[in-house]
Amino acid sequence: MTALPPPPMSLLAELTHRCPLQCPYCSNPLKLDPRGQELDTQEWLRVLDEAAEMGVLQVHFSGGEPMARPDLPDLVRHAAKKGLYSNLITSGVLITPESLHKLAEAGLDHIQLSFQDAQAETADRIAHMAGSHAKKLEAARLIAAEGLPLTLNFVIHRQNAERVPAMLDLAERLGARRVEIAHTQYYGWGLLNRDALLPDRAQLEATEKAVEQARTRLAGRMSIDFVTPDYYAEQPKPCMGGWGQRFINISPAGRVLPCHAAESIPGVVFPTVREASLADIWNTAPLFTMFRGTDWMPEPCKSCAFKEDDWGGCRCQALALAGRADATDPVCHRAPDHTVIERTITARPQTPPPFQYRRFGNA
Amino acid sequence: MNGVTPTPLTEASVPRFARGTRLQYDRVRETWFIQAPERAFQADAVAAEILQLVDGTRALGTIIDQLSEKFSAPRDIIARDVLALAQDLSARQVLVSP
Ligand code: SF4
Ligand code: SF4
Repeated sequence: MTALPPPPMSLLAELTHRCPLQCPYCSNPLKLDPRGQELDTQEWLRVLDEAAEMGVLQVHFSGGEPMARPDLPDLVRHAAKKGLYSNLITSGVLITPESLHKLAEAGLDHIQLSFQDAQAETADRIAHMAGSHAKKLEAARLIAAEGLPLTLNFVIHRQNAERVPAMLDLAERLGARRVEIAHTQYYGWGLLNRDALLPDRAQLEATEKAVEQARTRLAGRMSIDFVTPDYYAEQPKPCMGGWGQRFINISPAGRVLPCHAAESIPGVVFPTVREASLADIWNTAPLFTMFRGTDWMPEPCKSCAFKEDDWGGCRCQALALAGRADATDPVCHRAPDHTVIERTITARPQTPPPFQYRRFGNA
Repeated sequence: MNGVTPTPLTEASVPRFARGTRLQYDRVRETWFIQAPERAFQADAVAAEILQLVDGTRALGTIIDQLSEKFSAPRDIIARDVLALAQDLSARQVLVSP
């Protein structure tokens, strides 16, 4: 008998790639799933059943903009019935008192609301949507009035980094319990827009300092998660807590992936919920077994003391920057391809180029 | 967690789970978890016993009485565990005591 891997803790349910915003760092793939390919309600209900059955504890409804799906309250209600903790990851621009109330009634546990900046003018430019910031402020007010626990999420880059202190103030004013100050990750759209987004080291350090000060000031009232840009780190992040170890991600069209960027991996079949059960895919699909654990690792990871801390970093980043998904993540200082990162930082232009916005057919 | 904790808890405090957090038994892994925003963290055996009694009506003192009776254990030892856990989870915004 071969031992089965432990089941995933969390399901990332990407309900749709449709979104009214066009953030240039969006974590969706460059090739977005069109509406006609999206899983229907019955298929998602079955996926939630299978997820709960196999031991998933939390479901994160995300997108695109998950509120673009009219069946979202039904999915939330079903998740609650199955004992799944439900989190909504939203841009907030489609929140109305009615839509929010329906979700709360369905048993939604938590909302993560994303902001592009602390001020309207730049926020709307980053989102490429006029009036989006004002809508988000209103959404946050409604969420607080409804009493739903709220986490604010800010994605940080060279064009908004200086306003991290203002973002933290805003989160406090809006009554958020948690805030995420997350530097951009450079895959997909973020990689495409890297020169327009990558901060310099001084900017990074200023954001670290702002977070540290706010943590002291707000201790016990608001917790702050900080995600560092790994281009300036010594060592990569344990991407997704290890390939096929904690997270299972489902794309709008039903492809089952170890992370949202995994569709870039060449030469492997992408399993879908239309053809196999979630548990079968998790346990045996080559896409999941190929980089699970440490057996696949090349040197220097294979003999490195940190191999079970960071699991060799991100496979998709290795593919994008070193040309091979099974290479050591180039952000690691020990990686043979680390010079790619150094060159990128050195070659970063003084003036950021225009954004290439995230929308269907724009990559 | 970092720094300052909220008002110190006493045996008279009546905690409940904050909205968006709860205790949940996981049949697959056969352990208790605290469900919270962004993550579920495992509750050890002691924490699970205590948290199953947290319902927004029982004072910590009552929980301590019940557990020391259930396990025929010295009350002061149970009291230390219960107060420490409640304090820690309050600082992490899992429990609130109005
Ligand atoms: S990052 Fe922006 S564009 Fe992408 S899904 Fe979120 S709100 Fe929409
Ligand atoms: S060599 Fe591999 S395992 Fe070691 S720190 Fe770098 S990426 Fe992580």
